[in-house]
Amino acid sequence: MLDIQSLRAGIAEREILKGIDLVVNPGEVHAVMGPNGSGKSTLAQVLAGNPAYEVLGGSVTYKGEDLLELEPEERAQRGIFLAFQYPVEIPGVTNAYFLRSALNEVRKARGQEEIDPLEFLDLVEERMKLVEMDPAMLNRSVNTGFSGGEKKRNEILQMAVLEPSLAILDETDSGLDIDALRIVAEGVNRLKRPDNATIVVTHYQRLLNYIVPDYVHVLAGGRIVRSGGKELALELEERGYDWVLDAA
Amino acid sequence: MSTAIESLVNREYQYGFVTDVDSDVVPPGLSEEVIRTISAKKNEPEWLLDWRLKAYRRWLTMKEPHWPNVQYEPIDYQAVSYYSAPKSVKPLQSLDEVDPELLRTYEKLGISLTEQKMLSGVAVDAIFDSVSVGTTMRDELAKHGVIFCSFGEAVREHPELVKKYLGSVVPYSDNFFAALNSAVFSDGSFCYVPKGVKCPMELSTYFRINSADTGQFERTLIIADEAATVSYLEGCTAPKRSTNQLHAAVVELVALEGATVKYSTVQNWYAGDENGVGGIYNFVTKRGKCAGANSKISWTQVETGSAITWKYPSVILQGDNSVGEFYSVAVVNNRQQADTGTKMIHIGKNTKSTIVSKGISAGYGQNSYRGKVQVLPKADGARNYTQCDSMLIGNRCGAHTFPYIEVENNTATVEHEASTSKIGEDQIFYCKQRGLSAEQAVSMIVSGFCREVFQELPMEFAVEAQQLLGITLEGSVG
Repeated sequence: MLDIQSLRAGIAEREILKGIDLVVNPGEVHAVMGPNGSGKSTLAQVLAGNPAYEVLGGSVTYKGEDLLELEPEERAQRGIFLAFQYPVEIPGVTNAYFLRSALNEVRKARGQEEIDPLEFLDLVEERMKLVEMDPAMLNRSVNTGFSGGEKKRNEILQMAVLEPSLAILDETDSGLDIDALRIVAEGVNRLKRPDNATIVVTHYQRLLNYIVPDYVHVLAGGRIVRSGGKELALELEERGYDWVLDAA
Repeated sequence: MSTAIESLVNREYQYGFVTDVDSDVVPPGLSEEVIRTISAKKNEPEWLLDWRLKAYRRWLTMKEPHWPNVQYEPIDYQAVSYYSAPKSVKPLQSLDEVDPELLRTYEKLGISLTEQKMLSGVAVDAIFDSVSVGTTMRDELAKHGVIFCSFGEAVREHPELVKKYLGSVVPYSDNFFAALNSAVFSDGSFCYVPKGVKCPMELSTYFRINSADTGQFERTLIIADEAATVSYLEGCTAPKRSTNQLHAAVVELVALEGATVKYSTVQNWYAGDENGVGGIYNFVTKRGKCAGANSKISWTQVETGSAITWKYPSVILQGDNSVGEFYSVAVVNNRQQADTGTKMIHIGKNTKSTIVSKGISAGYGQNSYRGKVQVLPKADGARNYTQCDSMLIGNRCGAHTFPYIEVENNTATVEHEASTSKIGEDQIFYCKQRGLSAEQAVSMIVSGFCREVFQELPMEFAVEAQQLLGITLEGSVG
């Protein structure tokens, strides 16, 4: 599904990713871990096409297409979803309107009809249960005045409605208390299907107690320095990042 | 600014076409003679001509105001033609007699004047250059005793009403442009809603400037008698021309005891090109008077067009417990300049006013909010709430705020809130990551910013305004 080769990227003339190789197949959950400043979030942003980042080299193929040639909205329409570390506020635009507009764009790209507003309401209310969100949140402005936990849940709600092929969760666990963490993780797990894949970017192992990865990659200094199964995360939790860095 | 915030402003102005009709144009220049000519063309009574002449003489003693925060080359008032009418317009028996070319013009603008095609619920008076070409739904309105006609007709058919209220809110001596308008105004809309009547449909005037080098000086007078209610919409467009054209209108609203007048404008005059060549100078005086107790006047405006806008729809809160509202969205792009806001004059007891102003600046546009809240000594318990928000798109535009607050009664409560924000690249990227295009993203963010104002617009207009905003800003994000 996703094939990243020798990817180099940076921001403001500073190279952050110095050659990333990663292959993600349908049905897999990959965890990308690493210390602060290792390039985890940069990887997530570059895959989503954030124009603030510049790609310096390498290639990314997604479902047979050159991902780097696509606009961010085209990537989204083809099924790439980024759950933001810092979800953005859009005052005055209701959650419902935002989400329905987004869903319709994605549906259009898939050759589907626009969704009927009532049908949409049914769908979104069903998905809201998944993340234990109050339906009243639909009429509030996108992320405006939401607590940290509400914002993260709202990201997962969007993901649940848009049903992406490849979901990238960027530090979704940061700022969440244990209950919110459990709700968010369960939401992600229930959305898992054999034909979609997830990349979980996280600093801490605790999220991986709930979202169990098939592969764990350790990113440091802009490179993947170690890959392994889920046990690698536990080892990191116990021994810290220095151990892998020294070994690398 | 990145690619995302530079290319959303510059779609072609879609109402920039010119209609080819034979017009009766008074040669450029202004003199008592010209005023007499205009008055004679309209077969006006002596009292009205006298009023015009008084206004003209007053105007000669006045100076064009230069306090607004806008810049333009001096206007040569002798180079403007003060009257232009399509030759085909004669007193019409029915709308079927309207020149088909004019009907087509309005069709192109999305306004249907032919009764059978008309959407129910809106009566339209169409003003083409200096004259009204037709007013729809009149029979239906007449059943309720509502008078809705062109100003010229009102002078002929209802002189007592016109005489009583003309200049009662905006006297001819009020300001330079109001005096000019009073001297040369050609047509406009007139509306009277009798006691206790709730006007059964939205009333609407659609203004179109067509002729070159012609000013449009229309005058609108709306009177809601005791306990009457009326909602009024105004739309405006003009052809693209490389010279500036002057539009100096006057709108007067009168609300008697317990009456409500709601006046909504979607102003889309030609704004000039991206270098600031051409466009309408929109120098307009709009004012309402809450003459009776418990009356209410509400202004809602969406200003997207014009090269320069100078406009302060105001409310004189004379009756006790009267309410004044001003909801405004003003958008400037390219080289557009707007100096707009409101005045709320609290005279009566427990009068209340609300001001919500949203200014959006893109390109090299300069947007100023200018507002005055005045509480006079007898206005016990007066309250005002002002919210004034500015949004910047790109980094070459400007937003300015000039609030004036004068309180002479210590029981008054006056609140003022202001904010300035910028459309963030992060907001646009967030929307794009969810599958929306940059255009959709900006239009959504801007609509969200303007939501409190759009909520005040009648349904048909809210949709139009939202689309217009998207078009106006297209190209400001890239």
